[in-house]
Amino acid sequence: MAEAKPRIRLDKKEVRKGETVDVKTLVSHIMETGLRKDASGKLIPRMIINTFTCELNGKFVFGCDLESAVSANPFFEFKFKPTESGVLKFTWIDDEGVRIEATETITVT
Amino acid sequence: MSRRLNRREALNVGVGAFAAGLGSAAGPARALNGYADEIDKFTGGKTPVEGRVRLELPELAENGNTVPLSVVVDGPAGEGAHVQEILVVAPANPNARVIRFRFSALSVPEASTRIRLAATQDVIAVAKLSDGTFFSASRQIKVTIGGCGG
Amino acid sequence: MSPRLALCAIVLLAVAAGVAGLAPAQNGPDHPHWQGHGIKPPDRTFPLPEIVSGYWFRTKETQAIQDDDFNNPGFFAVEQGEQLWSKPDGAAGKSCASCHQDAAASMKGVGAAMPKWSDALHKPVNLEQQINLCRGERMQAAPWKFGAAELTAMTTFVRFQSRGLPVSPRVDGPMASWFEKGKQLYYTRNGQLDLACASCHERNYGRNLRADFLSQGQSNGFPVYRLRDQRLVPLYERMEGCIFDVRGIPYAPLSDEFLALELYVAWRGTGLPVETPAVRN
Repeated sequence: MAEAKPRIRLDKKEVRKGETVDVKTLVSHIMETGLRKDASGKLIPRMIINTFTCELNGKFVFGCDLESAVSANPFFEFKFKPTESGVLKFTWIDDEGVRIEATETITVT
Repeated sequence: MSRRLNRREALNVGVGAFAAGLGSAAGPARALNGYADEIDKFTGGKTPVEGRVRLELPELAENGNTVPLSVVVDGPAGEGAHVQEILVVAPANPNARVIRFRFSALSVPEASTRIRLAATQDVIAVAKLSDGTFFSASRQIKVTIGGCGG
Repeated sequence: MSPRLALCAIVLLAVAAGVAGLAPAQNGPDHPHWQGHGIKPPDRTFPLPEIVSGYWFRTKETQAIQDDDFNNPGFFAVEQGEQLWSKPDGAAGKSCASCHQDAAASMKGVGAAMPKWSDALHKPVNLEQQINLCRGERMQAAPWKFGAAELTAMTTFVRFQSRGLPVSPRVDGPMASWFEKGKQLYYTRNGQLDLACASCHERNYGRNLRADFLSQGQSNGFPVYRLRDQRLVPLYERMEGCIFDVRGIPYAPLSDEFLALELYVAWRGTGLPVETPAVRN
């Protein structure tokens, strides 16, 4: 089954310096808490995305450290004021170190 | 089941369950999940000042598994004092830590997500500023369990 | 009066009120925001005074998740269905697209009119069954199990092509006997708690059943993204849950009973817009 692509939406991709960009991200992930039991009564091991990062041209913009209390299909909305044009890189990392990555370009005039 | 409940027994079961539900919703849950220690670790032992942080949650969770949450830090960005991190803890969850947002100098200090809450409680958000100060807010949210929605 | 007698009297009064239809179900004081959002029933014999989508019974935060296609995690299933649509599967080397081409055109309206009569099988089929019939007969591919992610995703994707169109199942002709069967099931009390679908969804929508704020139990949004399960839930799984919750024994998925109920419940939502993938609690 193909891995669903993460969804990213910037309210604007071209901004003037000083303007705010609103970013929404949604990624498909079960966020298994480690507290559920399977049909035989065994605990299902925790498997969650534990880190999310957004970088602009390699420099950190916004991120989160997630715990199992974040709902499945983690959703984030955040805002920032970019100072340079370039590539926004979004990275989600799970408990096994598996990375999901996506990029968007942004232009600052 | 070997026999069906008669109507009176079914009514009593319903009333008892309702009362239990009401009891747990009556006030903030007494938590033993170490949320206070998590806050201490975050602040290095300092007591956060209440204010400047706005924690937005619905009054009543549609379902505890997916609760929209927003945090905003108000107030002017002081000279060089920008918001670095916001920690959210849930005193009545199995694990106290919910999420830690990390901000940069480019950030507007607000963020939204969806979280899981196990019971009615006062969720707490603590913001850390780059000048070493800490601010907090708490917000009660009712989380009900039961009824045929499950 | 002894407490036992008083309790019996209260129960009898409640039963009598229910039987006389005096229970003021639709005007419960809790959360009246759903009122005024119903559509008119097709005629005066309709069992509901107004037809209201489950959307209106949810909180504004839940509605906000559905209102924005981006925010709605149900769309992961739509995307997955879209990928599967073009993916060849089975010995014939075909995909859904091989015959049906662009789903937005070919599947428009299909999901709004389900279940529909099958001359070949002499019974109605619903969307899940039709998908598997195509897979078996045209693609020579193995059927997907009910509840499998692929089947739910494809059902969601196909029904999504009818989003906004009014629910309009046909209940005449050969469907009539199935309609009657579904109606009978809808009003039959079930399980240890002795409740029928109608007990909650006709008598008491707009009120709280313990912690649950009751809707009319409409199916126009299915498969729905349930906040509780944090995934897409197909209709029969939800109905199974309802019967389980009244401590009854649910019918098997894709059974004739659920098929008849699906038809009858779809009819009860006549005119509601398809909202798949809806967001519900």
